[in-house]
Amino acid sequence: MSAEAEHVSLGKVLVVDDDAALSEMLGIVLRQEGFAPFFCRDGAKAVAAFRALKPDVVLLDVMLPGMSGIEICRIIRQESGVPIVMLTAKTDTVDVVQGLESGADDYIVKPFKPKELIARLRVRVRRVDAGSVAALAIGDLEIDVKGHKVARAGKQLSLTPLEFDLLVCLARKPEQVFSRQALLHEVWGYQHAADTRLVNVHVQRLRSKVEHDAENPVYVLTVRGIGYKAGLG
Amino acid sequence: MTTLFQVWHRLVHSFQWAKPPFSWIKKKWRGSLLLRITAITLLASGLVITVLGFSLLSKVSTGLMDTKQQSSLSEATAGHVEAQRVIETADAAPTAPSPALLVDDVVSNLASRSGSPAQFDVLLLASIPGQQLPERGTNLVSTTSISENIRKVLADTQEQSWVYGPINYIDGTSVPGLIVGAPLRIKSLGEYNLFYLFPLTQEQQTLDLVRSSVVITGILLLILLAVIARIVTRLVVNPVRQAAQTAALLTEGRLSERMPVRGDDELAQLATTFNDMAASLQQQIKQLEELSRVQQRFVADVSHELRTPLTTVRMAADLMFENRADFDPITARASELLQNQLDRFEALLNDLLEISRFDAGVAALEIESWDLADLIDRAVEFAEPLAIRTNTPVQVIRITNVNLITADQRRIYRIVRNLLENAIEHSEGRKVEISVAVSEDAAAVAVRDFGVGLRPGEASLVFNRFWRADPARARTMGGSGLGLSIALEDARLHGGWLEAWGEPGQGSCFRLSLPRIARGSFSESPLPLIPEGFIGIESSTSSGLFLDAVPQPPADAFRFGPKTGGE
Repeated sequence: MSAEAEHVSLGKVLVVDDDAALSEMLGIVLRQEGFAPFFCRDGAKAVAAFRALKPDVVLLDVMLPGMSGIEICRIIRQESGVPIVMLTAKTDTVDVVQGLESGADDYIVKPFKPKELIARLRVRVRRVDAGSVAALAIGDLEIDVKGHKVARAGKQLSLTPLEFDLLVCLARKPEQVFSRQALLHEVWGYQHAADTRLVNVHVQRLRSKVEHDAENPVYVLTVRGIGYKAGLG
Repeated sequence: MTTLFQVWHRLVHSFQWAKPPFSWIKKKWRGSLLLRITAITLLASGLVITVLGFSLLSKVSTGLMDTKQQSSLSEATAGHVEAQRVIETADAAPTAPSPALLVDDVVSNLASRSGSPAQFDVLLLASIPGQQLPERGTNLVSTTSISENIRKVLADTQEQSWVYGPINYIDGTSVPGLIVGAPLRIKSLGEYNLFYLFPLTQEQQTLDLVRSSVVITGILLLILLAVIARIVTRLVVNPVRQAAQTAALLTEGRLSERMPVRGDDELAQLATTFNDMAASLQQQIKQLEELSRVQQRFVADVSHELRTPLTTVRMAADLMFENRADFDPITARASELLQNQLDRFEALLNDLLEISRFDAGVAALEIESWDLADLIDRAVEFAEPLAIRTNTPVQVIRITNVNLITADQRRIYRIVRNLLENAIEHSEGRKVEISVAVSEDAAAVAVRDFGVGLRPGEASLVFNRFWRADPARARTMGGSGLGLSIALEDARLHGGWLEAWGEPGQGSCFRLSLPRIARGSFSESPLPLIPEGFIGIESSTSSGLFLDAVPQPPADAFRFGPKTGGE
């Protein structure tokens, strides 16, 4: 462990998967790329493992014995904004949307290439670089970029890192309309076309936290047929 | 001018609308068994009742008149005898009475037989009018009651004669009556005619009563029959209607709908049989659903079970591939092959799952609005490595500037990518053109290549699962053979068409046509399927050229679009 500690620079990853071979393989790849992997085989023990470890990112299989990945995701999300990436064998709409709505930041469909996984994890751990700007604002929504804090009319709002990144991305260029694909590239780090539902779901989650009325948004606006832009507040 | 024209147009239209009440009736007639049976019953029974009523009336009136006539004639005969007797008595008297007195005597004598109220009137008239003979009559009866006809008949026959005719009175009233006349000779005076006038008021009243009774009875009977017909028909039609309604509900998929069964007559049998049929159908559908569910579940399980080990294998293979420089050449090559074939295996697995999802009918659209041309740019960008490798120039032709459509982006992207990769693969280094156009209600993408083309008949085969143009031909892409089948299903899911055209040596063209808003309707694709130069050939000679519509529509193909997209 101490030898590995020298490499650890990217952070701790909690891998929750019941397949021993896959877990081991994931461990090899993660270690190679500079992550510190920790494993949990049983869904029922995943939450306890999370609380004990306080990982920088959680890699969570959907189908687990004991407790489903979606349930685990929901519990973790209630406690923490830690980045969660779901591992799913299903691409069916319902499962993916369920996973995202339970609070997952991103999902990756089995089988995947190691590079794809690493790229996705890196983006989640490293965070979007906000540049030199220290503070941004959309109307009375104040964003402390350096301090990773958002306040509306002086009141602190609790956003997950991903939601924060999404808001910062929009607020940095208030005149620009971001397509879903552009947001996937900027916030999620996708190089190629990907599932735009990711964006839709997280914009909804973001709105439910920052907007007074999520049905009539004023901070995060939809531009029909194109994507999203920051509002004027 | 425009408004005037519009008004005229509307007027014409309203006339056209006003025209078909007849067709409305016709439609109603054909559409309602109840109406038909009621109307036929009404018509037939109406006819029978009318005939019966008329014959009854004529029988009654004949009987009534015959009796009246006989009694009248005998009364008249008796009267005549009495008159003769009075005259003879007068003649035999020692002093001849004055003519006026004699006539008075005769008439009053006859009138006294009439009784009270008077059963008849009497007129004693000179047989030849204009003679200075005294004429008498009872009551207020007018001489105009006696027509020229009967006078003439009496003059000719000199016998008792009768006629039906109106009896007029001096006060202007008139009643129907029987007029019986007989010549009466009064020696001292001359030739007379004695007329008996029997008013038929009573008989007329009786007849009127009978007639109105018959009519009222007829009408009541008709109404009764109509009501009975309606009730009976309802009794029969209602279960039939119910069966039709239940069948419609069953068709809609409400498989637990049943008909109520009452009693155990033929209709109850119908209901029972119908319900048995529905139950048997439901049972079979349930079984099929269960089977399909089990199969879907199996496919999902297989996919999950396959994917986890595949992920491990994939990661291991990747790791080896990354480090192949450290291996000996044979192991390095092996890791390359492993890597490539894993890609292929993965693609095949994905395609199989996608197809199974279509087959299970669980494929659903994720609809949003986006720009079709942007999507094509992305697809072209994605296919660039392949295009560069095969040295194929790819040209995007935007026919329209605004290409916003509402559809499932992932599926359309998959279709376009598939068509594009196929075209590049088969173009043999010649250029590939991809055109896009969006009209008011439709959108189209056409991918044209100038490669080997398709042989006659192949345009319909390309969409078949695992079909290959030439089994011996090497595939550079190593595709699953399911790409076009999936693309076709994706197009259908949107309510669109996917068509192929090709000619040997001239290349081929694949056209995707979509409603501008998914599942909407459209009639014409904004892009041609057959390239311009070939349309002329088609009109002059059709040899070598073929256009096949999308093939083998299974059960519910083209639910949202016409069967073929040929223009």
